[in-house]
Amino acid sequence: MDDLYREIIIEHYKNPSYRGKLDPHDISFADNNPLCGDHIQIDLRVGADGTVADARFDGHGCAISQASADLLIESIIGKPLEEVKQLNKQNVLDLLGIDLGPVRLKCALLSLKVLKAGVYGLGEAGDELVE
Amino acid sequence: MSLNLNQIRKDFPILQRETSTGVPLVYLDSTATSQKPLAVIEAMDNYYRRSNANIHRGVHTLAEEATAMYEGAREKIAKFINAASARQIIYTRNTTESINLIAYSWARANLKSGDLVILTEMEHHSNLVPWHMLQAERGIELDFIPVTESGLLDLDVYKALLSRSPKLVSFTHMSNVLGTINPAAEIIRLAHASGAITLVDAAQSVPHLKVDVQALDADFLAFSAHKMCGPTGIGVLYGKADLLEKMPPFLGGGDMIKEVKLRSFKANTLPHKFEAGTPAIAEAVGFGAAVDYLNSIGMDNIAAHEHEITEYALERLEEIPGVKLFGPTAQHKGGVAAFTLAGVHPHDVAQILDRDGIAVRAGHHCAQPLHEKFGIPATSRASFYLYSTKDEVDMLVNGIYKVKKMFG
Repeated sequence: MDDLYREIIIEHYKNPSYRGKLDPHDISFADNNPLCGDHIQIDLRVGADGTVADARFDGHGCAISQASADLLIESIIGKPLEEVKQLNKQNVLDLLGIDLGPVRLKCALLSLKVLKAGVYGLGEAGDELVE
Repeated sequence: MSLNLNQIRKDFPILQRETSTGVPLVYLDSTATSQKPLAVIEAMDNYYRRSNANIHRGVHTLAEEATAMYEGAREKIAKFINAASARQIIYTRNTTESINLIAYSWARANLKSGDLVILTEMEHHSNLVPWHMLQAERGIELDFIPVTESGLLDLDVYKALLSRSPKLVSFTHMSNVLGTINPAAEIIRLAHASGAITLVDAAQSVPHLKVDVQALDADFLAFSAHKMCGPTGIGVLYGKADLLEKMPPFLGGGDMIKEVKLRSFKANTLPHKFEAGTPAIAEAVGFGAAVDYLNSIGMDNIAAHEHEITEYALERLEEIPGVKLFGPTAQHKGGVAAFTLAGVHPHDVAQILDRDGIAVRAGHHCAQPLHEKFGIPATSRASFYLYSTKDEVDMLVNGIYKVKKMFG
């Protein structure tokens, strides 16, 4: 339990630093986790140098999904988009500092799927994006 | 008569196990699927050990035994719901397939563009999506009996809808989220008075209440074995004989035919007309054993026990600050308690309860439109069956207090 609901996760769930929307933005994408109805939208502003100038997430869902979105946004600000494209499952698990079963993994990875679908300009946030 | 819970719990091997954290299992997810008594597990095991063969056309000893067991189970199921004859019991994979059978066979033969089908706002996706698909294909119209704030169907609106001469009224007997037990006999009587056929989704009612298809006067009624102590992979479509006779076959293949020529076939008689291919034989045997088991306890006793547990659970859950319950009072509902906890997502509630061995379900429970109606993405749901105890309700309540503390 202490593993899964580490203080950092509860803290980012209850007091997220990057919840909100960016207007104007260069990239915006949203998708759901159909299994549980979690919803995440991510807005990005991209600088002239190709790095993430600013980012926000919005949506609703469980502590795991919302905390991982907040941690993910925190981790990408200032990073080159090319680097963001390379992020994978392990990066998110490292941010959370926990290991997850298959069901909760979907919650944790929703934000990364949405982020990558937005960055790649895809119509859908598929599982293959985070393999 | 109150149930001998010690004995009943011993009948279910899985209730003796511990969960991943080494604590005893508190299984509060019977609405999703019930646990299986040893009698069912042994009946299926025995079938595979002693009698396994394909049914109907074999003449050897094993084929005879397997056929007798498969058809014997059908007789038991027919009696269990008071069907006039076993030929009105069509084996399917589950409730969902039973509803789809009606949508594909009866509805495609009887409904045309503009025809109205009445559903309700508390339907499981299994009684929504087949009709959405038919709407896209045929242009049928759909309308819905609304759910009131207290979780009951608004029958005044239903009566008004009936003035539009629907062809079919398809509704759940008992909601898998709210627990609401709908007045099926009255809904059917009103439908018949306006000339409509009725289909009852009885997935949640047949396992928990005495259901008499003739007293209800249901035209079609669907349920699954796995929610009533039986195995997964088998369910039933009950239908009135004259309606089933007139329906075209659903799936084509072996067993559903009387005669096949290279370019044509003649369909078999009921119930085989709708049972193409080798069916779930061991599962039918297990289904029969489940019916025997429920009969040995008594459906009235089971319903009374669940009512007592539900009343207690609602009372205890209501005491918890931040808990909001959905659905009617215990008087109108079966053993289901769907709730939200302020500030905590239902998934997190379920996950934290799991650490104490408590199995509840979280999500929209395949009833997304109903959750939208109440303005919530998801609920946590505890559900009860004949083996559920008040101690388990207490553990659930303590678990929720733990969740609150963690998110406090």
